[in-house]
Amino acid sequence: MMGSVNIIPFFVAVPLAGAFIIPLVGKKLKKAPDMIGSFFTFALVVLSVFAVAAVKGNGTLVYSVGGWKPPVGIAMVLDGLSAFMLVTVNLVAFVIAVFSVNYMEKFTSKWKFYTLFLLMLAGMNGVVITGDMFNLFVFLEIASVASYALVAYGTEKHELEAAFKYAIMSAVGSLFVLLGIVFMYSYTSTLNMADMARVLSEKGTGDISLMVSVLFLMGFGLKAALVPFHAWLPDAHPSTPAPISAMLSGVLIKSLGVYAICRVFFNVLGMTPTVSSVLMFLGALSMVIGVFLAIGQWDLKRLLAYHSISQIGYVILGIGLGTPLGIMGGLFHLFNHSIFKSLLFLNSGAVEYSTGTRDLKKMGGLSKKMPITGATNLVASMSIAGVPPFNGFWSKLIIIIAAVQAGRYGYAFWAVLASVLTLASFMKVMKYAFYDRLKEMWDQVQEVPIYMKLSMCALALICIFGGFLLVGRLDVDFLGSATGVLMEGVNYAAMVFSNVG
Amino acid sequence: MVVYLLCLVMFCLGIYCVVRKRNVIKLIIGVIILEYAVNLFFILVAYRKDGRAPIFAADQTVTNMVDPLPQALVLTSIVIGLAVTALLVGIAMRIYEKYGTFDITKIKELKG
Repeated sequence: MMGSVNIIPFFVAVPLAGAFIIPLVGKKLKKAPDMIGSFFTFALVVLSVFAVAAVKGNGTLVYSVGGWKPPVGIAMVLDGLSAFMLVTVNLVAFVIAVFSVNYMEKFTSKWKFYTLFLLMLAGMNGVVITGDMFNLFVFLEIASVASYALVAYGTEKHELEAAFKYAIMSAVGSLFVLLGIVFMYSYTSTLNMADMARVLSEKGTGDISLMVSVLFLMGFGLKAALVPFHAWLPDAHPSTPAPISAMLSGVLIKSLGVYAICRVFFNVLGMTPTVSSVLMFLGALSMVIGVFLAIGQWDLKRLLAYHSISQIGYVILGIGLGTPLGIMGGLFHLFNHSIFKSLLFLNSGAVEYSTGTRDLKKMGGLSKKMPITGATNLVASMSIAGVPPFNGFWSKLIIIIAAVQAGRYGYAFWAVLASVLTLASFMKVMKYAFYDRLKEMWDQVQEVPIYMKLSMCALALICIFGGFLLVGRLDVDFLGSATGVLMEGVNYAAMVFSNVG
Repeated sequence: MVVYLLCLVMFCLGIYCVVRKRNVIKLIIGVIILEYAVNLFFILVAYRKDGRAPIFAADQTVTNMVDPLPQALVLTSIVIGLAVTALLVGIAMRIYEKYGTFDITKIKELKG
């Protein structure tokens, strides 16, 4: 028990240490940033797997920072949901770090990229692991500020415009979150999430709950790019280098947005039917509007960015249903989406690396020249469209079944419709980019280097075998325990305080 | 009471500035105003009537003290705000180099 608790701070400390070491050695040793980036993220993957095992063995683990016990000091809480998110975030981060070894060659000063990358990872892990409301805001800002800088990384016209738009909107979103925290603090006189939940259930939530819910929904909804707040995403995500697009679409919007929404609304404020229906409505809206906007795009990365909005809609719809099956489907889709969307962005990066274009109309027949990119892109496209037996099919199926079970036939219908449109949109990508006739200008195109192939193949394998997460012990230990945390609701407080170590 | 209303006015000014202004620099100033309004509100929440700083010196009795925690938190929040502002200004400088204007109606190559 004591040993397991001590791994918790490493999720923040390891990437921060990496971000600190890389600028020190990176200018002199050209290979060092690659190795440090890959090695540190790999260490984090190992730690996250260990965290899942620790949660299984001991239940909720609470680490008191600096030895100050939770209601007063800062707590870091590792429970099923945190462990689930840590595995998702760090797995994707590791694969992307390996991909960047080759991909980032075309940019100067690679070490700056890795520094910002690890800083963003530290922020995301911090958001997931923290049990303190203000701490959550601080980590949220660390991740956000690093991501603004990464969006502007190319420092060309489009990158700068997108970064500015993103930074302004996201900064305002963060301020809404801070304002929500201020209201919560003034009402409960505590910052610890578990203690807040306890005080709220003793004092009654009263009028403050509505105000705070709206503020948090705006703030975190903006980070998650739910539909009324989505305008920054289709600009920001395509403008970054491909590995960071994969990181932003794959995990950043989930750990800062969806995870924070889950944690705050389920475990601190307590889920009410009103919040539930608002979440379902926003989810369905994002799902449908995202896919309609995506279908007309000709810029490959912009198309993928609109699909992120759509797929986040599925996640929020599943979680908003509030039934165990719905939440499980939502979380499973979160995991799957982070895998296949990262893969799709890495594929778009591979195409851009080899051909230098993102315009679908200019491509054609690339799978003859780039067989591995073509094949992995096919796997990812089938996954996102929900074709069996790939992982996306199972999670969408669960969400739709959950919606039908809950009597929400309308939402189930929209989910099926959005899925069909997604399939249509990705058939367009496959046809224009990878099949069709090979254009003469692409005769000299080469397949991408080895590390890029390796990471794309790894993600494609997870897409193919992702469905096995629903089987037997894996389901119970991984998805089941994450769902359990959300189903506990405001009992979260009791779970945390009984485990203060 | 008046001071809370003024704080709200400041918040609304910040929102207005972010939503309505067309100049990149003015947008940044809008974000700063918004941030100060939230910080000020945080300090106001911690204030107690006739309160003073909770410093326990040997020959003093403190009967009514303000909550010191938000003051520490606002300090953190100000530092974060500084980082965001510095980055925004840096991006704005590069935008001016590329586009030769601060007018956001002319800086819109991304759409659709």
